[in-house]
Amino acid sequence: MQQDHIRNFSIIAHIDHGKSTLADRILELTNTVSGREMREQVLDSMDLERERGITIKAQAVRVNWKGHQLNLIDTPGHVDFTYEVSRSLQACEGALLVVDAAQGVEAQTVANAYLAIENDLELLPVVNKIDLPQADPDKAAKELADLIGGNPDDVVRVSAKTGQGVEAILDAVIERIPAPSGEPDAPARALIFDSSYDQYRGVVAFVRAVDGVFRRRDRLQAMAQGTRFEAEELGFFSPTMTPADTLAAGEVGYVITGLKDVSRLRVGDTLTTVERPAIEPLPGYKDVKPMVFAGLFPTDSDDYPDLRDALEKLKLNDAALVYEPETSQALGFGFRCGFLGLLHMEIVRERLEREFDLDLLVTAPNVAYRVVTKDGNGLEVHNPAEMPAEIEQVEEPYIRASVIVPKEYVGAVMELCTERRGRFDHMEYLSEERVVLIYELPLAEVVVDFYDQLKSRTRGYASFDYDIIGFREGDLVRLDVLIAGESVDALSLILHRGSAYGRGRALVDKLREEIPRQLFDVPVQAAIGSRVIARETIKAKRKDVLAKCYGGDITRKRKLLERQKAGKKRMKQVGAVEVPQEAFLAVLNLDEGR
Amino acid sequence: MGETRHLYVHLPFCAHRCGYCDFVTVVGRHADHGRYADALVHELELERALLASRLDTVFLGGGTPTFTEPGALRRVLRALPAANEVTVEANPETVTPDLARLLKQEGVTRVSLGAQSFRPHLLAVLERRAQPDDVRRAFYHLRDVGFDNISLDLIYGIPGQSPADLAADIDEALALGPEHVSCYELEAKPGTRFTHAHGQELERQAEALEGYFEAIVDRLTSAGYRWYETANFCRRPENDDGRDLRSRHNLGYWLGHDYLGLGIGAVSTIEGRRWRNTPRLPAYLEALESGERPAREVEELSTDVLMRERLLLGLRLDEPLRLAPIADVVDPAALGRMERLGLLTRPTDDDGEALVLTKPGRLLGGGVTAELVV
Repeated sequence: MQQDHIRNFSIIAHIDHGKSTLADRILELTNTVSGREMREQVLDSMDLERERGITIKAQAVRVNWKGHQLNLIDTPGHVDFTYEVSRSLQACEGALLVVDAAQGVEAQTVANAYLAIENDLELLPVVNKIDLPQADPDKAAKELADLIGGNPDDVVRVSAKTGQGVEAILDAVIERIPAPSGEPDAPARALIFDSSYDQYRGVVAFVRAVDGVFRRRDRLQAMAQGTRFEAEELGFFSPTMTPADTLAAGEVGYVITGLKDVSRLRVGDTLTTVERPAIEPLPGYKDVKPMVFAGLFPTDSDDYPDLRDALEKLKLNDAALVYEPETSQALGFGFRCGFLGLLHMEIVRERLEREFDLDLLVTAPNVAYRVVTKDGNGLEVHNPAEMPAEIEQVEEPYIRASVIVPKEYVGAVMELCTERRGRFDHMEYLSEERVVLIYELPLAEVVVDFYDQLKSRTRGYASFDYDIIGFREGDLVRLDVLIAGESVDALSLILHRGSAYGRGRALVDKLREEIPRQLFDVPVQAAIGSRVIARETIKAKRKDVLAKCYGGDITRKRKLLERQKAGKKRMKQVGAVEVPQEAFLAVLNLDEGR
Repeated sequence: MGETRHLYVHLPFCAHRCGYCDFVTVVGRHADHGRYADALVHELELERALLASRLDTVFLGGGTPTFTEPGALRRVLRALPAANEVTVEANPETVTPDLARLLKQEGVTRVSLGAQSFRPHLLAVLERRAQPDDVRRAFYHLRDVGFDNISLDLIYGIPGQSPADLAADIDEALALGPEHVSCYELEAKPGTRFTHAHGQELERQAEALEGYFEAIVDRLTSAGYRWYETANFCRRPENDDGRDLRSRHNLGYWLGHDYLGLGIGAVSTIEGRRWRNTPRLPAYLEALESGERPAREVEELSTDVLMRERLLLGLRLDEPLRLAPIADVVDPAALGRMERLGLLTRPTDDDGEALVLTKPGRLLGGGVTAELVV
């Protein structure tokens, strides 16, 4: 198709503002999906997305409207996935910026709008859910127009639920979003903006062709990595995979590579042909560094190779995920993984458990620290257990957080941010009712339970977003947990000195509850260096005998013993102490009840 | 002639099934007492070849053996081969002067009396019919006809039992001067009627109950009793004309000797094979009345399993357990650990190394065994 008849766009919206419903309606209206095939939120193919109401992976669907080919590229909607949003946006010329008519502009809307503007996208403002009784479309349209510097009359008002106004959106896409402007005759170039792995067909790359033409059976090459393969199949989603002979400049689709090794094709790389290679790769994606780290360990150590394979496969779809092998004396073999944020971590964990059927133990998350040792060496620490003893200075990542709330919750938000070592920057009124608060906070204070607290203290009204503003020095200490004198590496934490006592006390109390009594007294301590700041003793059992034991009972008693023995083998050994897996889990989940 | 020198005979009949009981018992069916006695005698004939010509011990357990109709009980006792020790279990309310005489006349040498407690409110919780005075009366009836080896069974850890109740029970028992005392912790099995009724109370008491076992051990040992097995005590020989008053029959189990069991639900272990008779009375009676052996559940015991059992049982005794015959199932590292914790010692003599638990080790015997076994 000629490029002037192609439009590539995505939908960006705050979570729950109706992005997926709108996408569904567009598919229906363009007869891409028949009523019979229609199931709610077709684009969210993973169970997990459906349940959480969020979209993890960007996907592209081709629809036809009034002689035009429209490629709708779905984007995720959470702060952790700014990176994925940016990848998707780079494949588009425009975006629908969707806002809930009852909620108005949210922190996420603001962040994504700026991201789209940075990517030179044409923004098409949309107010959704105008059918809701509490909707105030005029107010939402005004907020939206103010945000992007437009006219409220240009805002399209729709109800994705009823379908009202959706045709107008499609017309506006053709009218207002520019057509792609690649070189149809130049050497072929395509941007890999996403990928997935199919166990029968290998790596599937989602691409946006920028220049030239790709043909089935072409020998292709990934420019940065140098990987070569044959395009076994080309095509597009409509919404299921539809093979095509070519993918030409401006089009969005997929390439089946047949590659079996997931590490050989990276998202962000540029595809070209071997026969007539392009000289310059397309500008790559921003290199996103993980800021949140946690140890992932299989509950059953036999699953370690499976965990390694699973991470390898997830990595293909998720360029932001990093991992390296880690050995813990308490938890055995696992991986230290880096994530964009807590939600990203939670999603990776759930996918590992659900899609790969693994049972995992996840350590408390921490951020990246920059450390200068007493002898002047600098290093970056991703694991509390690796924090050197002799420290001159520690720096931790800071964020600039924007929180939008109705004005009556300003006090509650300020209180929370202050508790979390936040520094107030400034505050602005978005409207008479709504305020945006800007705080600078250590990321470490946000990765643990901040979002939930924010939601609960503002009755769900707050919206929150952040960006990393750099590293700053902090009064940080390493807190160790000792069981019977042995330090448990998996439970070590780096935290602000001011919260060390409370945290140490909570850890020790929880362990005392969770570790069963042993044949001897077991001291449980929390310590900073050699200084113990909290201590409890798990008193030895005073009695552990089977009552009567004779005659036919022997078989039964022997079986009891064997069960007891089998139970012991499932325990993790810390020195001479047997610690049930559940005890680690309980401690690692401590934050949920904080 | 066989080699087996220990014989167990099960008499399942009871007047009432107590809430905590998990033995094979039969309530009512009075008319079947005689049939059952005949069946037992018949089963004995069928299995006689497994037994040695002279037995070491016979044990009549239940149920309530002394609740069995006296004629039937007498027929069973008369049919038994001669033995060095013949024990009968008795419930206090069944022990009349006549019954005591019957037991004595028919060669019983030892009576194990199910006292359980001397506190009326605790006996009520246990659903026992006897009152404290019934226990004392039964004991004296037995003494009067000349029994010089009487064991009292006590249960501790009864819902509502205070430390003072426990001390009183032990004192009452000691006041009678029994040769032997067995103290069993009440086992409230999940899902039973008893646990349903008393589980919460037991939960509440759990911490206090932990100390009861040690209190019993201390009280009985300081009263001159030998703590020869985890739950069993007997007067020391020096306090009793040099007699060894341990239960020879139960020692047979704990030392891994072969034994034959007769009656419903009875277990036999002979030459590495264990079998259990059907626990169903009608099936048992029908089989033996048509000259057949009752249905059985058979378990072959591998050398490995036998060694594990030797370890499990041997560590319950106060005498050293030889290490060499069971070394394959003992974790040497755990041995070292338990020794360092002061839970066991490893005396060595001409016969080699042995294991014996210390007092703290015996209080924690289950846990120590679980550590040691590979």
